[in-house]
Amino acid sequence: MARSISLAVALFIFWLLLSGIYTPLIITLGAVSSAFVAWIAHRMDVADHEGFPIHLGWNAVTYWPWLLWEIVKANIDVARVILKKDMALSPTLVRIPASQKTELGQVTFANSITLTPGTVAISVGDGMIDVHALTAEAADELITGRMDRRACKMEGTEPPIAAGDAA
Amino acid sequence: MVWDILSWFAILTGSAFLLIGSIGLVRLPDMFTRSHATGVTETLATYLLILGMAFQAGLSLVTVKLIVIALFMFFASPTSTHALARAALDGGMKPEVDEDRRPDDRELGAGK
Repeated sequence: MARSISLAVALFIFWLLLSGIYTPLIITLGAVSSAFVAWIAHRMDVADHEGFPIHLGWNAVTYWPWLLWEIVKANIDVARVILKKDMALSPTLVRIPASQKTELGQVTFANSITLTPGTVAISVGDGMIDVHALTAEAADELITGRMDRRACKMEGTEPPIAAGDAA
Repeated sequence: MVWDILSWFAILTGSAFLLIGSIGLVRLPDMFTRSHATGVTETLATYLLILGMAFQAGLSLVTVKLIVIALFMFFASPTSTHALARAALDGGMKPEVDEDRRPDDRELGAGK
């Protein structure tokens, strides 16, 4: 119930930001439609920990800037590979562990892998992710498990102890 | 004035990355490596373009809407890239790789 109410509030704030017309009638209509959508979501049972993961809270907020910086670095790497005259490609397939406990956490990890250019998650399941990497270096970087541990922290589970540091 | 310069810088670098992604799309050999090139256009290039537009719009509702677009791209682009790669695999396309470090080539999660 608390989740549905916070969903309604979040939807209403979102509505206010998109609308830009603040007259009593329009605002009332917005409030009614936000409440209505929250009620439908409640009935459909989609306002759960996956559909509306508010419990991640601060962890998610600090995860995103970190991920953005990783994306910037990976973009520069891939751009360098593309622009090289001989394109030193070494496409690699690797299977890496996804140590997150919830499916939401594993999806976040897989999406983070795909978001960073140079690595694409092509298959997810059984606590593992198959990754296609543009270069062997990008694959090595994933094998260190740095992103896996960071995604665990985001989800709030204990990360594995330096798994893959030997690699 | 300062905002204009920042905005120009962001839009020009964004465009440069857009161009690099397109070049990659043409130069790279197969579908899977090409998906890395599109990764450049739909992440950093898009974010820089949106950032440049946000600098132009200033602190207004337009900027909020631009941020919402960026957030949508943030969640939608990896999902669609993954769906494409998965569809190519299911269609029987094998990635051309130098090295396959997987222990076997079974499909993950297929047993469930």
